[in-house]
Amino acid sequence: MSDVRATWYHSRVGDSVCIPSAASVVSTTTATPRHSALVRVTHWITTVCFFALLVSGVEIVISHPRFYWGETGNDLTPTLFKIPIPASRRLVPTGYGYLLPDQNGWSRYLHFEAAWIVMLSGLLYLISGLFTGHFRKNLLPDGADLSWRAFSTSIASRLRFKKPNEEEALSYNVLQRLTYLFVIFVLFPLVIWTGLAMSPAFVSAVPAAVNVLGGQQSARTLHFFVSLALVLFLLVHIVMVWLAGFKSRMRAMITGRAGTDTGMERK
Amino acid sequence: MSELSGRRLSRRKLITTGLAATAGVSALGVAAELAQKYGLIPPDHSGVYGGFYGLGETLTYASQRLLTRHSLAREFSRSQISKPPFANEIEPLTDEFKRLQAGKFADWRLSVNGMVARPASFSLDQLKSYPSHTQITMLQCEEGWSYIAEWNGVPLSQVLDVVGVLPQARYVVYFSIEPDTWESIDMSDALHPQTFLTYGMNGNDLPVGHGGPLRLRLPRQLGYKNVKFITHLTVTDNLKGFGKGLGSASTEAGYAWYAGI
Repeated sequence: MSDVRATWYHSRVGDSVCIPSAASVVSTTTATPRHSALVRVTHWITTVCFFALLVSGVEIVISHPRFYWGETGNDLTPTLFKIPIPASRRLVPTGYGYLLPDQNGWSRYLHFEAAWIVMLSGLLYLISGLFTGHFRKNLLPDGADLSWRAFSTSIASRLRFKKPNEEEALSYNVLQRLTYLFVIFVLFPLVIWTGLAMSPAFVSAVPAAVNVLGGQQSARTLHFFVSLALVLFLLVHIVMVWLAGFKSRMRAMITGRAGTDTGMERK
Repeated sequence: MSELSGRRLSRRKLITTGLAATAGVSALGVAAELAQKYGLIPPDHSGVYGGFYGLGETLTYASQRLLTRHSLAREFSRSQISKPPFANEIEPLTDEFKRLQAGKFADWRLSVNGMVARPASFSLDQLKSYPSHTQITMLQCEEGWSYIAEWNGVPLSQVLDVVGVLPQARYVVYFSIEPDTWESIDMSDALHPQTFLTYGMNGNDLPVGHGGPLRLRLPRQLGYKNVKFITHLTVTDNLKGFGKGLGSASTEAGYAWYAGI
């Protein structure tokens, strides 16, 4: 049986019989995956939780679509800004003679449950990333990549919607690296912090968490803007995955196997 | 050969994963057992949504109990008091309330029973005869708005002292004169120095719009736990016997029992 036949046989029959000397067979099973299992699992947990947090967060905001700065804010005080939508509660002076459905009960439950799960999964990702060198190897940009020249080349190819080459499909370019680092080490910690700063019980134990932000309403307003930044990241992320080849990128993040849509799976 | 080792490796991986999963599940089981033992599971962990949010609620309640049992809500300076304080919507007042209001609340009573040595009933004047305490704290609504006010009242712990809470007590259930309006808190919150039976606000009697003549003030939890028009307290070791057994009217309406977040 030739190697090719062996490969065919193995892939079609997928048996438990060992096929000797079929080196090519092992390429997909033993080659280092594009994304480690832990990265893949925590990525999708984060995806599910992010949508839960987004939907429930929107539901909570519509019960009072007014934002303030400082410690306090209510219907009697001036706003920093208002979202021009009707509210789900009667007393809010929105100017619309219409109420949106009130879904705060389950939204608050879901928001905090998803927050716990994504936080624990993020902690697992963080700890394992430090131990496996994931951040250093996959996310920290090369010194050479941080030159203006390399930087502008990368930006220019993104702006031309250039499809990444095979090399790039197996690694991250400098813009991706910096963006992911920013999301992981700046936006996620900020969104957790500003969220906790709104909890009256949490800040009773850690008052500095809200005091340095300028007050409880400031924390709420910042939580809203950091969430917006995360939504913006999500949109760009999806567009980029689409441009780079949706099927191959999804496969890489689900099964771990790298490759392009058209080409064969690579080692 | 490499195929073989690859397979062995994946088998080993499978076993490791299996063991890790088993350990994880056992750890969760042990954690649940410990949480139950130390009273860290909130009464709504299998609430109106069929227990789907039990994990998050238990984690929140348990960590708050461990982290904030004795911490004090932030207090503010007089200059930070909101003028005027925002009064949220209240249900139409009942005839009984209007009758008591017409009599300037002279006949308002707060009755206390349950797991207490000396069940009692207090008039407002009796409550005001205890040393008055003051706090300048924030009231936060789950909707997102807030205000700061100065609240005067008697700490709930003072009243509980007078009636003599039995050692096995775990919760205080508090009822409004409004129908179907009741909440409960654990003993740790009930005995907290900032948990007040409030009768004054910003130097005056507590206005009806803010829950006067008597409101339970609980500054480390959101507005809906700060029930207005309090007439009755019951001390208990089990919330199963109240309503649907979920610990409060708002829990039955789909809101979390623990509202410190």
